[in-house]
Amino acid sequence: MQHDDVIWDIIGNTQFCSFKVKTKSQNFCRNEYNITGLCNRSSCPLANSQYATIREEKGQCFLYMKVIERAAFPARMWEKVKLSKNYEKALEQIDENLIYWPRFIRHKCKQRFTKITQYLIRMRKLVLKRQRKLVPLSRKVETRERRKEEKALIAAQLDNAIEKELLERLKQGTYGDIYNFPVHAFDRALEQQDQESESEEEEEEEEDDEKDVGQREFVAEEEVEESDLSDFEDMNKLRTSSDEEEQDESSEEEDEEEMEVQTKASRSKGKSPANGSAARKKRAYVEIEYEQETEPASKSRAT
Amino acid sequence: HKAVKSAEVDGEGSAVEEKKMVKSELAVAFPPTFSVSEIKNKQRRHFMFMKLKQEKRKQKMQLRKKRRKEREALGDKAPPKEVPKTIENQRVYDETTVDPEDEEIAFDEGTDEFSAYFNGLTNPKVLITTSDRPRGRTVRFCEQLATVIPNAHVYYRRGLALKRIIPQCVARNFTYLMVINEDRQVPNGMVLCHLPNGPTAHFKVSSVRLRKEMKRRGKNPTEHYPEVILNNFTTRLGHTIGRLFAALFPQEPHFVGRQVATFHNQRDFIFFRFHRYIFKNEKKVGIQELGPRFTLKLRSLQKGTFDSKYGEYEWVMKRHEMEACRRKFQL
Repeated sequence: MQHDDVIWDIIGNTQFCSFKVKTKSQNFCRNEYNITGLCNRSSCPLANSQYATIREEKGQCFLYMKVIERAAFPARMWEKVKLSKNYEKALEQIDENLIYWPRFIRHKCKQRFTKITQYLIRMRKLVLKRQRKLVPLSRKVETRERRKEEKALIAAQLDNAIEKELLERLKQGTYGDIYNFPVHAFDRALEQQDQESESEEEEEEEEDDEKDVGQREFVAEEEVEESDLSDFEDMNKLRTSSDEEEQDESSEEEDEEEMEVQTKASRSKGKSPANGSAARKKRAYVEIEYEQETEPASKSRAT
Repeated sequence: HKAVKSAEVDGEGSAVEEKKMVKSELAVAFPPTFSVSEIKNKQRRHFMFMKLKQEKRKQKMQLRKKRRKEREALGDKAPPKEVPKTIENQRVYDETTVDPEDEEIAFDEGTDEFSAYFNGLTNPKVLITTSDRPRGRTVRFCEQLATVIPNAHVYYRRGLALKRIIPQCVARNFTYLMVINEDRQVPNGMVLCHLPNGPTAHFKVSSVRLRKEMKRRGKNPTEHYPEVILNNFTTRLGHTIGRLFAALFPQEPHFVGRQVATFHNQRDFIFFRFHRYIFKNEKKVGIQELGPRFTLKLRSLQKGTFDSKYGEYEWVMKRHEMEACRRKFQL
């Protein structure tokens, strides 16, 4: 005989039920024939001899029914009825099959059936929309690529590359007249002119020589003789400045490299010792002044 | 073999201090087929290995000293210093490298999909969007991209299919469609589609730095059109990609704005930077980074507009073929 109460006493409350899942607030039932999914006296398929469920297989809904007459034949216990695909017709089918059954089971069956049809509709709609494709990443490949990227970044030397490119563009004159650094381009142009006109100069030299003969020119007293002023340190400084001015003037026609050196030399004015550099001559060639520190020497003298 | 091994083992049986004295004798006694890895005892094996390394280092130092002495002795006549091998030096010669004077390529470039832009007929207009449901970082990245690229508009993607967006964009005179793909709240892919019927490039995006994460950055970029620098795009494919990037920006940059966008290709990684520059004199320029920075790696190039099913792929990254050699690059 089927004693539902006894069964429920055992599995529902006191002893173990393998389908029961306990959480903090609720008890769930994992039995596949359970109609609500909760573990209740009225929803337990084991503790109710007259029971019905709706289950879905591959888009088709079936009504399963269990009656007490077949409780002794487990193989034939559940009666399976295929429901129509039309929602209203299926509801009528449920009503017709579960006529005279308890209200609770009828109601829950219809609820479950509604939910199932709704999720089937949603599944069909989603398939039509764009699917998100998951591409698996291989960890090894990803770390390798990351490392390669770091190394490439170091090899790229981006800042230098960008600066070089910008300077190239400036040199080639893509910026037009915006920037007032004519010296560079001017010097380059002059250099080119010099190279072109060298050949012409040779022809014209003779004419120039003849031209200048007999002409008077008044020259300022810029050139200071060494012998007069070699004793005075102050005059040395003056001389350095005047010499450098001379050298500046004379080297305007020369290349920019030499100009750079000259500017360096002029900047080191303050520190150049009296006798540290090579003897300054008034010829127009490049001299590079090396700064020498005289402080340690003076310190040693003091102590 | 075994006899020798035991002898050498006995030699090492002595204490550590004695080992160093016995060193020279042991060095002589090794048979040529002996290798450090055959010693089973880890401590002894480690010791022998260290010794081996020291020997090698000593020989290397001696060689170096000798070479330096020779160089000094020769003085001016010394042979020039050898250039160290780098991956860029050793790069396998790519047969599709573009020769600047190649007429065929010049003709190709005169008649390809970008010719309209390069002849000044169209102005770039860019539509930036994302994949579905973008998260904060991607959204901010898109906004910053829109400030960097002039004439760019960001639109929220509401689950629309790209194939439906494209005809609408064409109707509204957009020239570019840029889709930033997102994964786990971080942008990781970019689809760049040249609109009338132009090529579609799919990139992998990595190392995205937004503006607030950048150190020593300048103020926000202004509305001036930036200049474009494209570095190291040498092969035919590289040329196509380079033109793809160049056509994003308007043809006439505003030099007053002093802004420059750089796409630098190094070993198939394209680094994007956005700077403001200032010329201090004719020899020095100072640059200050504004703007977002990211790196791209080309994954595929498709001939028409975006079509993942029936599209004709001009170039697809096949890792096993193309990344097998460390010195072979595609761009």
